[in-house]
Amino acid sequence: MNSAISETMTDKIIKILIYVFLGFATLIVLYPLVYIISASISDPADVNSGKMWLFPKGITFEGYRIIFENGAIWKGYLNTLFYTVLGTTINLAVTIPAAYALSRKDFAGRNLFMAMFVITMFFSGGLIPTYLVVKSLGLIDTIWAMVLPNAAAVWNIVIARVFFQSTIPKELEEAAIIDGASNFKMFFKIILPLSMPIIAVMGLFYGVGHWNGYFNALIYLSDKELFPLQLVLREILVLQEMASQNTDVTGSMAEAMHSKQQLAAVIKYGVMIVSTLPIIIIYPFLQRFFVKGVMIGSLKG
Amino acid sequence: MDSNTATVLTEEEKQQTPKSRKVPTKLPKPKKKNKKILQNWQLYIFILPAFLYFFIFHYIPMYGIQIAFKDFIPSSGIWGSEWVGLEHFKRFFDSYYFWDLIKNTLGLSVYELIIGFPLPIILALALNEAKDGLYKRTVQTVTYAPHFISVVVMAGMIIAFLSPATGIINHGLTLLGFDPIPFMSDPKWFKTVYVFSGVWQSTGWGTIIYLAALSGVDPQHHEAAIVDGATRLQRIWHINIPALVPTMIILLIMNLGNIMAMGFEKILLLQNPLNLESSNVIATFVYQAGLLDAQYSFAAAVGLFNSVINAILLITVNQIAKKRSETSLW
Repeated sequence: MNSAISETMTDKIIKILIYVFLGFATLIVLYPLVYIISASISDPADVNSGKMWLFPKGITFEGYRIIFENGAIWKGYLNTLFYTVLGTTINLAVTIPAAYALSRKDFAGRNLFMAMFVITMFFSGGLIPTYLVVKSLGLIDTIWAMVLPNAAAVWNIVIARVFFQSTIPKELEEAAIIDGASNFKMFFKIILPLSMPIIAVMGLFYGVGHWNGYFNALIYLSDKELFPLQLVLREILVLQEMASQNTDVTGSMAEAMHSKQQLAAVIKYGVMIVSTLPIIIIYPFLQRFFVKGVMIGSLKG
Repeated sequence: MDSNTATVLTEEEKQQTPKSRKVPTKLPKPKKKNKKILQNWQLYIFILPAFLYFFIFHYIPMYGIQIAFKDFIPSSGIWGSEWVGLEHFKRFFDSYYFWDLIKNTLGLSVYELIIGFPLPIILALALNEAKDGLYKRTVQTVTYAPHFISVVVMAGMIIAFLSPATGIINHGLTLLGFDPIPFMSDPKWFKTVYVFSGVWQSTGWGTIIYLAALSGVDPQHHEAAIVDGATRLQRIWHINIPALVPTMIILLIMNLGNIMAMGFEKILLLQNPLNLESSNVIATFVYQAGLLDAQYSFAAAVGLFNSVINAILLITVNQIAKKRSETSLW
């Protein structure tokens, strides 16, 4: 290394500044997350008064006890689990074969199908006509309203198609055709076993979408028995909170409200953790897969 | 279809013997294509579910847009309802809330674009300078994480943190000697709350696509620049940023094309009667008018107006980008 290559003083300072900036960004993102965890196991009085600001104070698991005894949350949890498993299965069954067919150069009409799918990314019927279609199909207030109106996402089909185009060797397909294998046989015996990475990525994308989604449930479901977790959360986290902040009441009403508020405060942070738990658990292991999915998409995007 | 036929034929030709190649007249072409279709009929079964899905849940609703020009009565159906021309559009344009909706919709989007667009680029450039290792991995793991938080939990966090009496942000403000701010009930604050919570949630995840572009930069450029005595900043400015321009343009086109259709799920959750003045956007209005008040035709008309503006914006921006930079969506 000669002196021209060794770092100059300004370069060193800039490098340090970059590291400081990255650390700062990390802390900003991290703080609310740590706060929620601490608040969920702290005494609500300390949380509400601001005495608890980083580490848990007056540790109590009362909030979690209430959450686990709450029937609506359990019901929502089970419903969401069901919608996620069913929905993701449908998503994969629609996406993977379609993406494979679109990746085949000898598939007449592939560009036409692709155009038909991609157009819907930019032009759509809009909320009301879509709602009317779902309604006229008789899907309102059924589990199918949670899984059919979003049975596939164009972007995911595009990503899976790029995967097939870039990783399945053409020679393999040609050899299979020469051996007289049908497309079905080839897909199930040869292509699928080679496609586990993309199936995992797609499953995760769709799965997280189902787990976190609330809007389909909001517009298509009114039966509380069918409510997914996110709608139950909406009642606890958004509607109650809004009500308590927007009303001005006095006397015994206020006292009743206060105790209710205390209760809400105890479970508020706990439900955030409980509802996000499955994703928190898989996240560190699967972050790489998610990033990979976005990367594949960006190749073609 | 033209390009299709071409691909199919070249594939066909590869398999043909040189002898049969000598007689490529126009007549046999369709036959060969039919043969190919027959041979690959199973591929049509592969694509059938996706085709049905897009047809039923995307193309039929497009056909259903006609209710925007009708007086839709559920019992008469789409066909049976009477045509009313542009009546619903007129009613919307003449309404007292028309300009408020436009102002809020554009205001929120533009604000979000100005703040939210550059930040992932800056963070990605910084991440790209950091050495691979525990520190960089930690920064990435932490900043990507909020992307996976559901919009409902996000709204819950915003409301809890910003509460005037119990929220941690206002406790901090009081500690610094300021008065607590009623963020959620003061219309002045709505847009800022919306935009900055979005920055918190999606800046980290937004870096991935730029990092992918940066990983494609040839290290030799940097080595040559170092030999020439370029500083780190000069290298970022002259090598890394130009490498990101195509990605930036694509994302900018997509963002501008969506400027009238931002993430309204979050707006809907953060909306309350007190901040409605600045939180009511076209999309939430369509939800309110169409699904809660059941004015289907009117809401569909408002939605259609929104989509048309979006489409015009997308096409215009794409055209401009094509002319100026050769990078475009199509």
